[in-house]
Amino acid sequence: MAANGNITVQGYINHHLTDMTVGEGFWAINLGALGWSIILGSLFVISFALVGRKATTGVPGKFQCFVEMIVEFVSGSVRETFHTKDRLIAPVALTIFMWIFLMNLMKLVPVDWFPTIAGFFGLLLNGSALPEYAQNYSYLEQIMSHPWSYLKVAPTTDINIAMGLALGVFVLILGYSIRYKGVGGFAKELSLTPFNHWSLIPFNLVLELVQLISKPVSLGLRLFGNLYAGEVIFILIALVGLGQLPLHFAWAVFHIMVILLQAFIFMMLTIVYLSMAAEDH
Amino acid sequence: MDINATLIGQSIAMVVFVWFTMKFVWPPLNNAIEERQKRIADGLAASELAEKDLEKAHEQVAAELNKAKADAAEIIEQARKRATKLVDDETQRGQEEREKIIASGHAEIEAERNRAREELRKQVAILAVAGAEKIIQREVDAAKQSDIVDKLVAEL
Repeated sequence: MAANGNITVQGYINHHLTDMTVGEGFWAINLGALGWSIILGSLFVISFALVGRKATTGVPGKFQCFVEMIVEFVSGSVRETFHTKDRLIAPVALTIFMWIFLMNLMKLVPVDWFPTIAGFFGLLLNGSALPEYAQNYSYLEQIMSHPWSYLKVAPTTDINIAMGLALGVFVLILGYSIRYKGVGGFAKELSLTPFNHWSLIPFNLVLELVQLISKPVSLGLRLFGNLYAGEVIFILIALVGLGQLPLHFAWAVFHIMVILLQAFIFMMLTIVYLSMAAEDH
Repeated sequence: MDINATLIGQSIAMVVFVWFTMKFVWPPLNNAIEERQKRIADGLAASELAEKDLEKAHEQVAAELNKAKADAAEIIEQARKRATKLVDDETQRGQEEREKIIASGHAEIEAERNRAREELRKQVAILAVAGAEKIIQREVDAAKQSDIVDKLVAEL
């Protein structure tokens, strides 16, 4: 959408980077990001569960083949890296991979589609929510000014979503460390490596805690950074006007790789971190 | 964009989805895959076994065939031998029969000749007697001159 009239370029970019929220301050919830995240996660678990329920051990259908290919792929990745027998890690890896992949995939939807549709229905069903200043705007601008049009559809471009996933992985890392090494073993690892001497315990502790914390932080920020940067480029391309079509196509094609790669990297690093937590080193 | 409660919401959603996947998604799919892998492995093993059986059967058939051929050849050989022997025997018997018949024929001919000769002698004797009768132009007592006739017969 070209920026003209009452909507400025800066306003347009801000609009697309702002999500619909409820609540105030820390307790605000980004409805667009979390909503789509839950919708896509449900889409994944329900479709896979349906396939799993009807799974035949004979000749599989096409969709079952596709699903089994993904399961096989995740299972292979887990088996290569995580050598202890564990019935939680493979489902975790599958969930993370498919969920992040679907959330990233939403970025290929042109940035204006869902906000325009949501704004249109907002104006139609809840016209009184239109801000005072937009009363004299053109119809299209009214649509884009309606609070419902602040709808982010690509959840992983929201740092809360990426860090939320990383937080889940962090909890799993702590859980695996304690489960496989015991509380004492985990404490010993934090305080007595890399220098096994009592006088260096504070130093070790700082080193190990930084290492421990850096895992989820880097995990979440990597995903968020890649996707957010890509999203900003998509928004900038959308500002170009009609010339955006070839540019959008080129960037979208390039982004297919990022979408898949970031989902894979997140899954792979989760497996690696968990196997590190489970094994002595 | 700030860190807010969305983070907590996302973490909770993750726990729920992971639990759901662990409970309802992963086990059936993984079981199906593993079950199929097992079935394929079993099928391959069975087909290998069947192939071996087939090979064995082929070998057995070939052996049976060879044996049957050898048997047939032996039977044919025996039959030929027997036929030859039969023909030889028959030929020999026929030969013997022929010789016997010929010999008996010879003997018969000889006997016939002897008889004919004897008959001839007798006829000649009668003729001689008749001739003599005519020669001497008189009644001759055949019995009285029989010694002369006998002498004549013996000279024949």
